[in-house]
Amino acid sequence: MVEVNEKIAIEHGLKRDEYKKICDLLKRTPNITELGIFSAMWNEHCSYKSSRRHLKKLHTKGNQVIQGPGENAGVVDIDDDDAIVFKIESHNHPSYIEPYQGAATGVGGIMRDVFTMGARPIANLNSIHFGSPDHEKTRNLLRGVVKGIGGYGNCIGVPTIAGQTCFDESYNGNILVNAMTLGLVNKNKIFYSKAAGINKPVIYVGSKTGRDGIHGASMASAIFDDKIEEKKPTVQVGDPFTEKLLLEACLELMADRSIISIQDMGAAGLTSSSIEMASKGDLGIEIDLTKVPCREENMTPYEIMLSESQERMLIVLEEGKENEAKKIFDKWNLDFAVIGKTTNSKNIELFFKNEKVAEIPIDFLAENAPMYDRKWIKAKLPKENKFSKDQFKSLKINDCLKKVLIDPNIADKEWIWDQYDHTVMGDTIQKPGGNAGVVRVHGTNKAVAAAVDSSATYCHAHPLTGGKQVVCESWRNMISVGAKPIAITNCLNFGNPEKEKNMGEFVECVEGITEASKYLNYPVVSGNVSFYNETKDRGIKPTPSIGGIGLLSDYKKMMTMELKNEGNYLLVVGKTEGHLDQSVFARNILSEFNGPPPEVNLFNEKQNGMSILNLRNKNLIETCHDVSLGGILTALSKMIIKSGKGVRLFSLEGLVNKFEFFFGEDQGRYIIEIKPENLKNVENILKKDSIHFDKLGLVEGDKISLENDLKLSIDDIKEGYKNWLKEYMVN
Amino acid sequence: MKSSVIIFPGSNCDRDMDVALKKFGFQNQMIWHNDIKIPKSDLIVLPGGFSYGDYLRCGSIAGKSKIIKSVIDFANSGGLVLGICNGFQILTETGLLPGILLQNKYLNFICKNVFVKIKNKENKYFKKIKKEVLELHIAHNEGNYFCSKDELKSIEDNGQIAVTYCDHEGNDDEKNNPNGALKNIAGIFNKDKNILGMMPHPERMIDPFLSGEDGSLFFENLIESL
Repeated sequence: MVEVNEKIAIEHGLKRDEYKKICDLLKRTPNITELGIFSAMWNEHCSYKSSRRHLKKLHTKGNQVIQGPGENAGVVDIDDDDAIVFKIESHNHPSYIEPYQGAATGVGGIMRDVFTMGARPIANLNSIHFGSPDHEKTRNLLRGVVKGIGGYGNCIGVPTIAGQTCFDESYNGNILVNAMTLGLVNKNKIFYSKAAGINKPVIYVGSKTGRDGIHGASMASAIFDDKIEEKKPTVQVGDPFTEKLLLEACLELMADRSIISIQDMGAAGLTSSSIEMASKGDLGIEIDLTKVPCREENMTPYEIMLSESQERMLIVLEEGKENEAKKIFDKWNLDFAVIGKTTNSKNIELFFKNEKVAEIPIDFLAENAPMYDRKWIKAKLPKENKFSKDQFKSLKINDCLKKVLIDPNIADKEWIWDQYDHTVMGDTIQKPGGNAGVVRVHGTNKAVAAAVDSSATYCHAHPLTGGKQVVCESWRNMISVGAKPIAITNCLNFGNPEKEKNMGEFVECVEGITEASKYLNYPVVSGNVSFYNETKDRGIKPTPSIGGIGLLSDYKKMMTMELKNEGNYLLVVGKTEGHLDQSVFARNILSEFNGPPPEVNLFNEKQNGMSILNLRNKNLIETCHDVSLGGILTALSKMIIKSGKGVRLFSLEGLVNKFEFFFGEDQGRYIIEIKPENLKNVENILKKDSIHFDKLGLVEGDKISLENDLKLSIDDIKEGYKNWLKEYMVN
Repeated sequence: MKSSVIIFPGSNCDRDMDVALKKFGFQNQMIWHNDIKIPKSDLIVLPGGFSYGDYLRCGSIAGKSKIIKSVIDFANSGGLVLGICNGFQILTETGLLPGILLQNKYLNFICKNVFVKIKNKENKYFKKIKKEVLELHIAHNEGNYFCSKDELKSIEDNGQIAVTYCDHEGNDDEKNNPNGALKNIAGIFNKDKNILGMMPHPERMIDPFLSGEDGSLFFENLIESL
């Protein structure tokens, strides 16, 4: 056996003082298996050692919250005993090394987190970030990730209903792949990971354990360097077919009451799943590693404990239920093995070939894991740019609009979502490409909306504002489809927390998220943190991804963004100040990359959103779309392209700068379509509620026009917008 | 009318099919792949999905499964057998339908609405459908129909082409071919027209809030014709 020393501990990603702490706690030198377990549990990915103290500040409570952070996934009440289980998780590091498998197993992992709780997955989403389109790796990474997400989700038969794709050079060496799943469960039949009772059988089910993914979680907590290709063996390989069987078998077993606790073997595999179950139940656990079904010969205890082979679950069962349970897993052709039992020792004890190979008090691994109060610096709000009149003099709205619409972050992403099965399960009533994906709650009048958002540009410019903004954008997506926003899950992707600037970005984004979610009563119920997204000293822009869900109590009231009828009025709800700093227009047209992000006014945000829902409930709105990247004209163009109907814009009196009005990215705004007979009524309601709005134009003809300033046919705006990504991918 | 939907490990459109059949009046039952006998049925459906993980080749392991002999016997005795997507792939693997489904021409999974032209209405599957062109939905990676020249001649001569990909006006030319399928073939019959395999999913188009409603026409006709 390998002799453990400080050098080996450091090779395992532990810091010198962490290794010393381990020896002090154990009062001896750990053996190699024990060291492996410590390194897996104490790495950033599993222990949240840099983030824990800040995550405690998140707003996690609300009337509808059944389960907040700390479980496999969050759970919210959607009435009538129905609940939604949902979470977002990162799989960034593996996806950069091996895009197909990295992304595929990301999807597999998040689905397991959801069905572990007894929920049938009903929708998948994802947020993916790539480097600059010009970067040599981007195209292949994008292709691989999309194929991986599709390959896994399509096979399982869960629709991928929405997503988000961004390009920015800060991701050149570190792409982001965040996968989110929603599941439906009866709120009285939720399963948790907390073990209870001693001498209960510990069951291993699913795929066999192989040598794949050993130390995956440690890799996810490391910075990339030139030797990145060598890390390929630490990427797990997914088998969606087995996952589908595991899903069906688990749900079948869950139909009766024999499961005490259940946990999927995700990051750090058998190690973290067994320790988490015991730790939450304040118990000990004893495992005979000889009994673990292995795919390869002569696997050592170290390898078995640290393997991240996919599609495996650990279950604590009621005594005497083993045979019944085994029958179900036999039916689905899955491995089933009793590998141990719960104990009252409060230790994890591992045996291999009748020999004890490890013994560690559980609280050393969980509660006593290191927690750091890392130093961080506060970001200053950048100074606003003063654009001179001259800068706009030679610009034409026509040209600017066309240019903005082919910005990689705005252009249509159909090439991506066409490769995801988004209609299986027969309840998808709003497909990808809208404000949010919407699925019906099977067999009811209810529907659930979901979307993922991120705004790295804003977060980079000013993390506090950016953090608030992402939550608001998510909230707006829910409102735009007519759903009442319920809760969010966050995936916090950041650079190296040991750098004060990066840590500051994290702390302030979390602060922003907290402030907005508290004000909007839009609590965080689950999530994960991914640090060390850094290659050769270059970190990513701070990128919190927010996955939001909302509820439609009557799915027939859902709104879409397609324009409906000729002669209807279009209004912009919310005030347009014309904020160009950090906008797509500023970057692409004015070549200005500095300045503050648009201000977030939570009071207006809430008022405007609630007012839209109120108007919809009164059946006064036909269509709704929130205004985000690229401002009013971009939003409008998307509505036009989707519906094939044109718009005639009114000339606005007293407008100082048309570019600011049409391309500014002020927050809290929506474009709504109103029937002429409802116009007066809507105007009165908005005025009564003191909500600012502008009358924008009419649905009319087959072009977008504004007197002498703008005239483009639908095909003119459609071509670049629709084709940019397709053409990029074939080149 | 009684229908049976076979569930293979990896099937994932079984529930959707069950919902659709029941909505249009079938008494449907779900049959597990390890069963040997299929209860008395007027229609057997092989649903979409990834049976046995689509390992080896799409549909190939399902084509050798325990239940499949009963399906073949039922089909050979004139019973109606419908295979959608993976079900179509399984039917070609069993030899009940000629040809094979290759990977899509552009090598990507495709999930979108398409139009198909009904090429033959002299059968129970399309008899009473008034429209000539249906808007349906496809979601597959291997839908690129292929068969030998001789087989093609024979299926054309026997009116075995059921539906072809086309535009909304029914032009079934190469421009409207999403996956490279030979002659734009989206679905075919056996000689006796009691077996139909097709790539599009009518079960995903059965109410106005979904991708469309033309799937309803398919099921309405089916229950009426039986």
